[in-house]
Amino acid sequence: MPESSETTTLAGELFAPGVGAQAGPPTTPAAGTGSAGEAAPGAHSSGGPTPTGSPAERFTATDPEAFGDPTGREEDWRFTPMRRIRPLLQGAPSDAALEWDADLPDGVELTRVEAGDPLLKGLPEPADRLAALTRQRSGGAAVVRVPAEAQPDRPVTLRLTGTGGDDVVWGQLVVEVGAFAQVTVVLDHSGSARYSGGVSVLAGDGAHVRLVSVQDWAPGSVHGGQYDTVVGRDATVEQVVVTLGGDLVRLVSNVTYAGPGGTAELLGVYFADETQHQEHRLWVDHSVPHCRSNVLYKGALQGEQAHTVWVGDVRIRPAAVGTETYELNRNLVLTDGARADSVPNLEIETGEIVGAGHASATGRFDDEQLFYLCSRGIDAETARRLVVRGFFADVVQRIGVPELQERLMTSVEARLGALPGLADQPVEV
Amino acid sequence: MSVLEIRDLHVSVGEGDDAKEILRGVDLTIRSGETHAIMGPNGSGKSTLAYSIAGHPKYTVTKGSVTLDGEDVLAMSVDERARAGLFLAMQYPVEVPGVSVSNFLRTAATAVKGEAPKLRTWVKDVKTEMAGLEMDPAFAERNVNEGFSGGEKKRHEILQMRLLKPKIAVLDETDSGLDVDALRIVSEGVNRTRSDSDLGVLLITHYTRILRYIKPDFVHVFIAGRFVEEGGPELADKLESEGYAAYVKDSAEVAAAEAAAL
Repeated sequence: MPESSETTTLAGELFAPGVGAQAGPPTTPAAGTGSAGEAAPGAHSSGGPTPTGSPAERFTATDPEAFGDPTGREEDWRFTPMRRIRPLLQGAPSDAALEWDADLPDGVELTRVEAGDPLLKGLPEPADRLAALTRQRSGGAAVVRVPAEAQPDRPVTLRLTGTGGDDVVWGQLVVEVGAFAQVTVVLDHSGSARYSGGVSVLAGDGAHVRLVSVQDWAPGSVHGGQYDTVVGRDATVEQVVVTLGGDLVRLVSNVTYAGPGGTAELLGVYFADETQHQEHRLWVDHSVPHCRSNVLYKGALQGEQAHTVWVGDVRIRPAAVGTETYELNRNLVLTDGARADSVPNLEIETGEIVGAGHASATGRFDDEQLFYLCSRGIDAETARRLVVRGFFADVVQRIGVPELQERLMTSVEARLGALPGLADQPVEV
Repeated sequence: MSVLEIRDLHVSVGEGDDAKEILRGVDLTIRSGETHAIMGPNGSGKSTLAYSIAGHPKYTVTKGSVTLDGEDVLAMSVDERARAGLFLAMQYPVEVPGVSVSNFLRTAATAVKGEAPKLRTWVKDVKTEMAGLEMDPAFAERNVNEGFSGGEKKRHEILQMRLLKPKIAVLDETDSGLDVDALRIVSEGVNRTRSDSDLGVLLITHYTRILRYIKPDFVHVFIAGRFVEEGGPELADKLESEGYAAYVKDSAEVAAAEAAAL
């Protein structure tokens, strides 16, 4: 495939710059943001006391003002169309809400805590201004509680529907899963909204949690959010992010480990049509021994000014011996005029690890592929479907909710422009 | 009984002032059961002929005709040509990430046959043909051409030919880059098809080596976009001992004379 590149970084390389077509320069702290050393007085920081070079020690704070007002030149914001996300960053308080429709299996509780609740104080801190604003403006949080050792018979499904309007909807959700529980939680976003929602998943020791977040917004919607995952001792958390709709979606997924033996699987699929901006930023912080992380994000783009951004930061701190991590981002550019940015970063501060690597490739669905498939009698539309379906299949299958998988593939295929009569030619994955 | 007829075919690449004529009047008739070897040096336009028959969009036919059993091939899309019974085994098969060989083969067979093959017999057929080409069954679960060795790619091409059962197959330098074992396996696959079907074969090659395994009925020498000599298998022997030098020299002289006349 032209325009593709692939690298694998092995243990021992301290820092690998971003690779991939159109990848930007390596992540470096921008002036005035992003490093603890330059934090505003009184701001909290979860990072170490001294910056360690690049990538930057990560700055976090609960106070939005500690981040300053982003201009778009900062590392965190350099890919984001600032004009389009500005309504969220302005941070006007509002009472607007999404419409909630919750399907709760027996034993799973949905409650609310108010601002100032100890639960909220213990959450991982916001990592950018928008996340801090969200924490502040949401004034409390919805809480999904799954008791220890519970094994609900079906997924917890929260259908969150935007009802339109210019007011920003601020939301905070906490998913608290007790020790050894096994649960799937689906957040299904649709409708029309300007929404900034924080999601914190706290997985107890030995728990197995799958969080699926679908962004199937109507055109014109704007969605920002920080997704935090705290992986308990020997716990496994799978996060599946599916971004299809909306004008702009920018999600920041952070993972920390509360004890050894934890596993985080971060999976994502996205499909950007013309003018859509879809940005997924990941930050996996290995600070305890013997944990694993695996990142697999796949995106397709078509149409003028379709833009996707994937930034995958993995940090292995000195204490995190026995770490095993791999991250992979693949982008399939279906037409001219679309742009995929892909920036993996891996920082390894101990040699005592099992393995660490990353790969990034952005390729075109080029005429040669199409010609090859068509030269075997397959019509062009079926050929396209075959390739895109195959491309997404390994991630979509991991959602583990068959109806949802089917819906997503149908949605993807609809956007590829199915021709009449194709139903007569079943395409199997 | 099928017949592929190529008449006075002129093909160019590029557009406008950059257009360059590669094929300069090709005439060829291939009937079912016949094997034609097309031999020529690098850059003579052999692969252009193959791709033009298959309908690659990069090549523009400026003059001439190609018909299969009287039907106008040039008016067909790429997939229509395949469904009409033409097959091109490519010199450089293309990787298709995310699409398994098994899914690809079944989709192609469904398209070519007009209906999905019966699952049970299909699986058996694929297994049998893969075994015939000494391919590991695990091959079916790999992505099309992704990470394949040169030999695996060519075997996969012949596997497709076996399963799709075309009327006329164009094998574009199927022998290039193969070691002796792979060449034997691939050649046996072609010969099996020649003996158990009525396949017409257009075998494009730079070297005579493959002709020791696949015996052609006709040999054509292709220089600078057209045929300069035709004969039986003995012509391949002559090429093996003398090479293309005499033809290329002639061709250069002809071109010089043509240029001088203008």
